[in-house]
Amino acid sequence: MDIPYTATARPDTGVYNAKVGIWLFLASEVMLFGGLFSAYIFLRIGAPAWPGMLGGQLYKTSFDVLNVPIGTFNTMILIASSVTIVMSWASLMMNDFKKYKRYMGLTILCGLAFLVVKAFEYNAKFSHGLFPADGNFLAIYFTLTGLHGLHVVGGIIVNSYFWGPGSKMWKTDPKRFTNRIEVAGLYWHFVDIVWIFLFPTIYLL
Amino acid sequence: MSDSAHAEDVKKHVRIYIAVFGALAALTVITVAVAYLHLSIVPALIVALFIAGIKGSLVAAYFMHLISEKKVIFALLIFTVIFLVVLFVLTISSYHDQIGGHIVP
Repeated sequence: MDIPYTATARPDTGVYNAKVGIWLFLASEVMLFGGLFSAYIFLRIGAPAWPGMLGGQLYKTSFDVLNVPIGTFNTMILIASSVTIVMSWASLMMNDFKKYKRYMGLTILCGLAFLVVKAFEYNAKFSHGLFPADGNFLAIYFTLTGLHGLHVVGGIIVNSYFWGPGSKMWKTDPKRFTNRIEVAGLYWHFVDIVWIFLFPTIYLL
Repeated sequence: MSDSAHAEDVKKHVRIYIAVFGALAALTVITVAVAYLHLSIVPALIVALFIAGIKGSLVAAYFMHLISEKKVIFALLIFTVIFLVVLFVLTISSYHDQIGGHIVP
């Protein structure tokens, strides 16, 4: 049995089914990250100093623990990837499959670059003896950025499938494939929005 | 974006996407620059969340096409926002409900 309304809009909702599906999923994701952000607020308002004592040393600001220029650079990478993925969808809307491949490829590369930079950041913390168990600041930092990183990994896997073997659908069902890329884009933009709030919250405040 | 979007409309949107990228990059630079002023926590929080709110809205409105989306998606989002606000209110009010003392950092 075929899945209904994958290419055309369902008459009662006015959108294709996968779009309702991805927004429902993103709603659950808002609650997942919302729970962790509220945990951050809870820890923060109860702390006499923030970041406070970490590994036997007192840190007065998050600037003393985290590398703000590197975090800013990673923010720029993620913003750029949001543009490239929306451009990949726009390319399909304009029937330009070659451009789609180029933009989706760039999106995947941006995602990988983000993870490599994050790995360097994590390594810098570990090499200074700063681990998640060494204080509430580090615990919430690693939890939030780690969960966000996992979402980036998930997005890269899906985007790579649509860049590679999944792109065969363009020849058989271009409208459905274009919708798939829009849905993948909605997820990727959500991951970007989470970082847009996570970066100032953890790195700058 | 609605399913009736045409290729011509998309070409116009591409210019908007580039402009939004410029705005997001500029706002990122501004939020970091303000952070280096090391304001006290309340003004710093207001500025940081205000800028993050604008950036998030730009991504949602233009990249996620919410500016031209159908009612069913907004209905979903209204429920999401309500539940998120309840989650935050419950958490913060539970902080004031504890018996004495600070949380050990």
